[in-house]
Amino acid sequence: MDAKVVLSLENITKRYPGVLALNNVSIDFLEGEVHALLGENGAGKSTLIKAVSGAIDIDSGIIKINGKAYHKVTPLLSRSLGIEVIYQEFNLVPALSVAENIYLCERIENSALFNAKEIEKKAARVLDQFGVNINPQSLVQDLSIADQEIVEIAKAVSKNVKVLIMDEPSAPLSVSEVEMMFKIIQQLKNKGVTVIYISHRLEEVFRISDRVSVMRDGCYVTTKNTIDTSRQELINLMVGRELRESYPPRKNPPGEVALELKNITGNGDKDISLMVRRGEILGISGLVGAGRTELAQLIFGAAHMEQGEILVKGQPVKIKSPLDAIKHRIGLLTEDRKGQGLFLDLAVKWNIVFPIGKQISKYGVMNTKKEDEIASHFKDRINIKTPSLSQPVIYLSGGNQQKVVLAKSLAADSDILIFDEPTRGIDVGAKQEIYHLMTELADSGKAILMISSDMEELLGMSDRIIVLCEGQLAGEVQKDQFNQNYILDLASGTN
Amino acid sequence: MNDRSEFFSNIGGKLGAIMKKNVPFLILVFLLILFSFMAPNFMTFGNMRTLIRQVSFSGISAVGLMFVMISGGIDLSLGSQIVFSNVLLAIMMVDWQLPIGVAIPLILLVGTGLGAINGFLCIKLKIHPLIITLGTSQIFKCFGYIINRSRNIMGFPDSFRWFGQGYVWGIPVPVIVMIVVALIGSFILTKTYFGRKVFALGGNEEAARLAGVNLNKMKVILFMICGFVTSITTVLLLSRVFAGQTITGQGLEFDCLTAALLGGVSFKGGEGTIFGLIVGIIIIGVLNNAMQLASFPDFSQTVVKGTVLLIAVAFDVYQKSRKAKKTVEKVTLAE
Repeated sequence: MDAKVVLSLENITKRYPGVLALNNVSIDFLEGEVHALLGENGAGKSTLIKAVSGAIDIDSGIIKINGKAYHKVTPLLSRSLGIEVIYQEFNLVPALSVAENIYLCERIENSALFNAKEIEKKAARVLDQFGVNINPQSLVQDLSIADQEIVEIAKAVSKNVKVLIMDEPSAPLSVSEVEMMFKIIQQLKNKGVTVIYISHRLEEVFRISDRVSVMRDGCYVTTKNTIDTSRQELINLMVGRELRESYPPRKNPPGEVALELKNITGNGDKDISLMVRRGEILGISGLVGAGRTELAQLIFGAAHMEQGEILVKGQPVKIKSPLDAIKHRIGLLTEDRKGQGLFLDLAVKWNIVFPIGKQISKYGVMNTKKEDEIASHFKDRINIKTPSLSQPVIYLSGGNQQKVVLAKSLAADSDILIFDEPTRGIDVGAKQEIYHLMTELADSGKAILMISSDMEELLGMSDRIIVLCEGQLAGEVQKDQFNQNYILDLASGTN
Repeated sequence: MNDRSEFFSNIGGKLGAIMKKNVPFLILVFLLILFSFMAPNFMTFGNMRTLIRQVSFSGISAVGLMFVMISGGIDLSLGSQIVFSNVLLAIMMVDWQLPIGVAIPLILLVGTGLGAINGFLCIKLKIHPLIITLGTSQIFKCFGYIINRSRNIMGFPDSFRWFGQGYVWGIPVPVIVMIVVALIGSFILTKTYFGRKVFALGGNEEAARLAGVNLNKMKVILFMICGFVTSITTVLLLSRVFAGQTITGQGLEFDCLTAALLGGVSFKGGEGTIFGLIVGIIIIGVLNNAMQLASFPDFSQTVVKGTVLLIAVAFDVYQKSRKAKKTVEKVTLAE
């Protein structure tokens, strides 16, 4: 490729107390390329982005933008040079309209007055380029996550972006929405915009990127042309050792029915019936908004069920609150672990034993010895990497936080476990551990429902898959009929 | 994966925790030393005893307030609860001639009921406790005025004097009550499952709900605890003043809140220790007392207390932002 280098990092080093977050990293980014950045959690990808966007100061090194060298980049400078970042957590104002968000704090045509008509017109023009149907007047809070992502992209594009950095943009999106985003990325690329694409999903890297750079432990490893590399090679480069993303085999066949739903309606879901056996992993597929998480909430008593019946081990049960569900030994690992699963400021052990606090108290007084025993048992069993059990969970990495959520459910000894996006945003190594653990749980006779947007993991882990579409059951697929396209067809309601 | 960074941030976290626990304590020690030089009659046993008794009344209520605050709520109606139940207790004993043994349990019940009103309004109207208790504080206070009918109610039995004015082994009774209430409070918060639920509620309400905590029940119970503890203050205060007036208790929540914030109870909930709270309350006592000794005019005393509250809140926010910054760094490292 003879393309011009738009952004060049030379020997960037950033040190945090005790840790070298970036160690002499040098990478070139070319004009109009989609450049994937890969690395495990802790590899330094986010730090690198922050160095480029000016969110942090680097200790040494040079950032060259359009051939001009800078030792220090401020957020203002970086933006004025056409570098835009879309972070995992969106920077949108929910109560403002799409148009207002796209042109937030910007003066239009040097007028001191705010001209709603004008920015709506301009916003519509930007959105039209993408061929999407979003009304510039609607409020961001009313949009789906996918549309919000598009607004983020539109916001960047409206600013005459030269380098667009996207941090895990596909994480909250469903398959078809990812396709739409890819189309937009392609358009940007054709216009000469450089896209730096950070993702954990290797298949996306192969789909969209021209080149891929790998980082590990704060160091730059290598850059490859995407067509010249393979999935296995990238994984090896990332982890620095042989590691296969594989799904462990199961030992025991499914047993009797553990949970049965009969014509469940409520929380946006209509007339859903399903059953799951002991020792079985039932995959739940569907697009974002298909009502998967909503179904989990219904089963767990976290949302109001209007109609239908839930049977646990063949007995009809009333589940009106999470407490009822817990009593019937149902456990939920929420999709949003920070918002719904964890007490971030509190200790690891505190989090693990909280749901069973009552069982390990006598006359309401907690048995702290037992607490330590239980917590350290699970720390060892599922390999939670923390220097101490008294560590607030906020300081743990995503993978380890997810393991704390898992430990919580295991400590409660649930028979029926609902995993909602169990591996979202965690790295390859931690994913493997979660897979092994789920398999182990199924083999020990637990019934598992697994909601996932990662088709590969869904196909790899499930014994059966049910597909939801717009709050309704669209179909059920047996293991010997597993086929990605068929499931996608069901999910998008095309047949 | 990232053991090194976790290890280091752990050390950082521990240092921060130690600092956070001890900064109020250091402030207290500093003030004590400062004032013992400035006012020769400050550091005497008699004065210290007076000082602690002065704040023991707000100290007791502050323990109740702390329960609500750790759960993420707030109760601004403490003072008004006292205004109402103080007058009511006086009426019970003087107008209705109820014996102490009946009147006191009754007023504890009434106090708990006032808390229950706050709690029920919060869960039924689904409005932030700040607004609910701002409203009820006006209402409670006004009812206090109505039943008081501008009188100065006097004529209590002499035996009632003991609660607010008596001593046990030379220690004022209210101070002993404060110590007992604080110890019980600390035990409940740190050792019991109920205490865990209080922290869970303030730490992450949705996670608490999904862990099976009955949020509404908890909120009502917490306000009831706060009301109950505050009615203990009512009894002690009436006994101390020995006259039923609507002025008693007004603005007491200000000292409680200041003490709680000074002592590291977070406004957002999920954080706080009784030790910190007691340090906070003694800081207030030291300021009050020293300013009286130095005969500061009344207005400037209020100015100093207001300033201290601002400093306390600023400190809380500063801690939060530092913590957030650390988290950001941590996440950066982890990703």
